[in-house]
Amino acid sequence: MLRLKPFKYLRPSTVEEAASLAAELNGEAMMVAGGTDLVPKLKRRQMEPSALIGIGHLEELKSVDHLSDGGVSIGAAVTLSKVVGDGELLQRYPGYVRAASLVSSPPLRNLGTIGGNLLVDTRCNYYDMTYEWRQAVGFCLKKDGDICRVAPSSPRCWAVSSSDTAPVAIALDASVVLVGPEGRREVPVSSLYQDDGIRYTTKQPDEVVAFLHFPPKDGWRSSYVKLRRRGSIDFPIGGAAAALRLQDGLVTEARIVLSGVASHPVIAEEAASCLIGRHLDDDAITEASEKAAKPAKPLDNTDLAYTWRKRMVKHLVSQAITEAAAPGR
Amino acid sequence: MRVVGKPLPKVDVRAKVTGSTLYADDLVLPDMLFCKLLRSPHPYARIKRVDVRGALEVEGVVAAITGDDLPIKYGILPVTQDEHALENEKVRYVGDPVAAVAAYDEETAALACERIVVEYEVLHPVTSIEEALSEPVDEPIHDYGGPANIHKMAALAFGDLESGFAQADHIREDVFFYEGNTHLPMEEHSAIASYVDGKLTLWSSTQTPHYVHRAVSKVMGLPMSAVRIVATPHGGGFGGKTDPFSHEMVVCKLAMVTGKPVKCTLTREEVFYAHRGRHPVLMWVRTGVKRDGKITAMHFKTALDGGAYGSYGVATTFYTGALQTATYDIPAYRFEGARVFTNKAPCGPKRGHGTPQPRFALELHLDKIAEDLGLDPVEVRRRNYVKPNTTTVNWLRITSCGLEEITNRVIQASGYHRRRRVEGHGMGFAVASYLSGAGLPIYWNKLPHSECQLKLDRGGVTAYCGATDIGQGSDTVIATVVAEELGLWPSDIRLVTGDTGLAPVDLGSYSSRVTFMAGNAALDAARKLRDLLVEVAAESMGCSPGEVEVGDGKIGALSFEETAQLAQERYGAISTAGSYRPPDLAGPYKGSGVGPSPAYSYSAAVVDLDADSKTGIVQVNKVWLAHDIGRSINPISVRGQVEGGVYMGLGEALMEEQAYRKALHKQPSMLDYKSLTFVDMPEVETILVETNDPEGPYGAKEVGQGPLLPVVPAVASAIHDALGVWVDQVPITPDKVLKALDAKVKGEAPRFGPKSFPDIPYPQCIKVDPPHVATQAV
Ligand SMILES: Cc1cc2nc3c(=O)[nH]c(=O)nc-3n(C[C@H](O)[C@H](O)[C@H](O)COP(=O)(O)OP(=O)(O)OC[C@H]3O[C@@H](n4cnc5c(N)ncnc54)[C@H](O)[C@@H]3O)c2cc1C
Ligand code: SF4
Repeated sequence: MLRLKPFKYLRPSTVEEAASLAAELNGEAMMVAGGTDLVPKLKRRQMEPSALIGIGHLEELKSVDHLSDGGVSIGAAVTLSKVVGDGELLQRYPGYVRAASLVSSPPLRNLGTIGGNLLVDTRCNYYDMTYEWRQAVGFCLKKDGDICRVAPSSPRCWAVSSSDTAPVAIALDASVVLVGPEGRREVPVSSLYQDDGIRYTTKQPDEVVAFLHFPPKDGWRSSYVKLRRRGSIDFPIGGAAAALRLQDGLVTEARIVLSGVASHPVIAEEAASCLIGRHLDDDAITEASEKAAKPAKPLDNTDLAYTWRKRMVKHLVSQAITEAAAPGR
Repeated sequence: MRVVGKPLPKVDVRAKVTGSTLYADDLVLPDMLFCKLLRSPHPYARIKRVDVRGALEVEGVVAAITGDDLPIKYGILPVTQDEHALENEKVRYVGDPVAAVAAYDEETAALACERIVVEYEVLHPVTSIEEALSEPVDEPIHDYGGPANIHKMAALAFGDLESGFAQADHIREDVFFYEGNTHLPMEEHSAIASYVDGKLTLWSSTQTPHYVHRAVSKVMGLPMSAVRIVATPHGGGFGGKTDPFSHEMVVCKLAMVTGKPVKCTLTREEVFYAHRGRHPVLMWVRTGVKRDGKITAMHFKTALDGGAYGSYGVATTFYTGALQTATYDIPAYRFEGARVFTNKAPCGPKRGHGTPQPRFALELHLDKIAEDLGLDPVEVRRRNYVKPNTTTVNWLRITSCGLEEITNRVIQASGYHRRRRVEGHGMGFAVASYLSGAGLPIYWNKLPHSECQLKLDRGGVTAYCGATDIGQGSDTVIATVVAEELGLWPSDIRLVTGDTGLAPVDLGSYSSRVTFMAGNAALDAARKLRDLLVEVAAESMGCSPGEVEVGDGKIGALSFEETAQLAQERYGAISTAGSYRPPDLAGPYKGSGVGPSPAYSYSAAVVDLDADSKTGIVQVNKVWLAHDIGRSINPISVRGQVEGGVYMGLGEALMEEQAYRKALHKQPSMLDYKSLTFVDMPEVETILVETNDPEGPYGAKEVGQGPLLPVVPAVASAIHDALGVWVDQVPITPDKVLKALDAKVKGEAPRFGPKSFPDIPYPQCIKVDPPHVATQAV
């Protein structure tokens, strides 16, 4: 089998200690929670940290807390399975729970955490390969090389944001609490990402994602629709999250966020705003989905033909809007 | 029958489901070394220098070898001995092994491989059938075959094509493409060798210990008597473990060099490179029919992308033309096939070996003919079905044949003719046939294809047979046959199988031959033992042998144990032996070795699916599969094979592809190489039809491969039923469905698929008289 390179494993006893260990190791170390994203990548030498800082065992990161304002705070080390099995969360944030339930497969959800899912590495099928394979094709910008294999004339990396839960978290206006060596800060999930396949997160390497914080439900309905080849295991090759507030059948607020179409979750603002003040009839939904799909420019670096993926975006969005408007959302 | 036909659990099921089965990689020998192979990063290159000194300096490394240490070539077919265990002149695909290291642990072996220096002179790779047919930029990939990079060509004509086409009321031509795909066994290949007292033992997850025995003996320069191959329990083979492999040779050599046991387990990625999977095949077919759909003549051309080595490819090439006639009565038939070399992982045999591709083409072609003629596609097929006990135009002997019955059953059960006809919903029907074992062995000789010995002593009955249980249940079949004859339970029979040192030869688990051939060998041996016991019991009971009943642990009035003791008192040590060799079935022409089988299985499928015209996404709702099994020796195992075949067929139809970007495998991982997950698998309704084959053990025929075959075209046919478009190329991914729909909207031919078939310099056809003409001449 593929073997791991040797590394040091550190087991801090608090989140703060994790952050200061990371700061001490100065970029040499990586955090590991469930390890479901990281460990296969270590085996393929997509990352070669000299140390891993475990955070999955930290009790303080393992609970789902209902806040007095009606919001919810989920510890970063809570597993996806736990989220999927939480009836209360399902009632409040059905889109988020749905997204969590669609991540990979049951065994991976038992290990994989919600924090790890937000920070899951961007993907590209020139990159998510073994060292030997990458050597045969030629290394690329994201690791060991100096050109992009998908878009050779481009100075940047176009690896694809592949988190299922990030788009819904953004659509629901959630925020994350980051703990760094200098203290805590809370930022909206939407600002956790940036348009770069390599440095896809704005989080500092020595910051720990400690909590995911959802605002009160407050009438926000939500949904997530995922495109993938098979009914399980596969990463999203397109996805749409929708969050809506309705009054008397009219849309008062809306957010639409896409996954799997760029190096970051894409907020489809124009599409969302065109729904405001309208009934969700076919015309409105079609217009919004077409607007949302327009900027999506998938490249030939994930599964299936990118031309087809591009064509699918509007269907995903339209389904997501329809589902968000359905009863019980 | 007491145990035959009963749904008894497989004899090895408990260990399998509790995880105690020992697969090759589970074996650990004292002082064992671990081996890693260094593989080529180039699709095509000349090797200028390999220097292993750096590897030898790594602490923990015991040996490092190169092609110079293993100069003797091998290959599964005697005519294509074209592989080196480690290449020393040229590498021909990304993944071709060039050097190997043995070390005290796997990490060290892997690290040491990185220290090996290989200098390559990169050559221009050949990546497609078209490129392989044209003049190579650099030298041809192999020094045999040709012109260009053509490996093998076949051209056969049976009967009077000209008058066949002249009699036709309608002639249709179509082109199809079947993408390559791989076996994807759960268990990666693994082998471990030990060399003690001048005797070499290799434990390996191989389906064909006998052929590995031959190859290891040749490459190591040891007599076969000094080599023992033990086929370990399998986590799946599907044809992917039927070649002798580089890692097997390498661990043998390293065990001989170091004097320590050496193990090599491939990574998942390496399994994709070892491959030997489904050949990509481009096909052209032209058929003449009467107004009622009756075929008057057919011309079938194939072009196979063989990848870098010969493997079974010569046989595969013939198989793309051999079995069209096993389902349809084609009075005049011409077949031309060509296999080319390309710089990709070598193709070989996968479940259905060379026949799923032409079956896909043939069945869809008949659907299209039915549409042209305004006829029901089921009826068109019925009008052409071969009849039992006939000989086909290409000299295949058809005996039992349940085509009519499987068709009726599957059509009735599925309600095909009463289906809901709304856009987006469709049903498709197809039939197929497969061999119950190749009629001819790989090395042409008159030896038995399978042998079985039974030993009877105070420890009970032990069956020894070279047959290899790769999960398909051949151990259960042997135990069941022996138990049936001796009045015991299958679980009473001790088994020693798949071991060339202990058990007599069986040719291996390929070509769906094991139940038929090893079953017959076991039956032969068991009947001899039964006769002996019955005679002893009769004597003791004072009656004639004909009056002695065997069953429920008794031989007549005596218990089995009492009878066994009496027999040993009388004869001393007791053993019997049985064997099976199929009748001589090859037709009177060169190339007739591929196709003949002592019996053919038949399968019919109906697929029900929804296809979305907006997205092209296909959702299979249900598959009905009726299979002419001859007789089920164990119906649970048979159903398992049917369901497995349907599973694999759906994967090939919808998503599996061994795809390359330039000459590099695009997705050598289980995440990226798509095959159906549990949640993608629809309900399967299996219908078993028993035609009681005169030659099969208790009437049994094959089921390991046949049921896959009709599934693939039935999916394509159902998509056409749902959306009115043809996708003439597998896998049928949603983008292809949309492209076909786009073409339809634009008013073009409503299809997606290859547009033309290349010019191939096939040789002059060998003209063969069909059997009836030949007999008249005599
Ligand atoms: C076969 C397979 C299929 C998959 N399918 C999907 C899918 O469909 N959708 C999907 O979204 N994901 C998928 N994944 C990826 C992964 O399983 C999930 O994203 C999972 O939620 C990751 O969580 P984890 O705890 O295992 O993360 P880890 O692997 O532990 O970490 C992932 C990354 O996040 C960092 N990290 C983790 N937690 C923290 C933290 N609290 N603070 C700071 N940094 C942190 C790590 O350093 C690492 O860079 C798949 C993985 C595999 C192997
Ligand atoms: S997008 Fe380009 S740079 Fe980024 S991982 Fe893929 S090939 Fe490498």
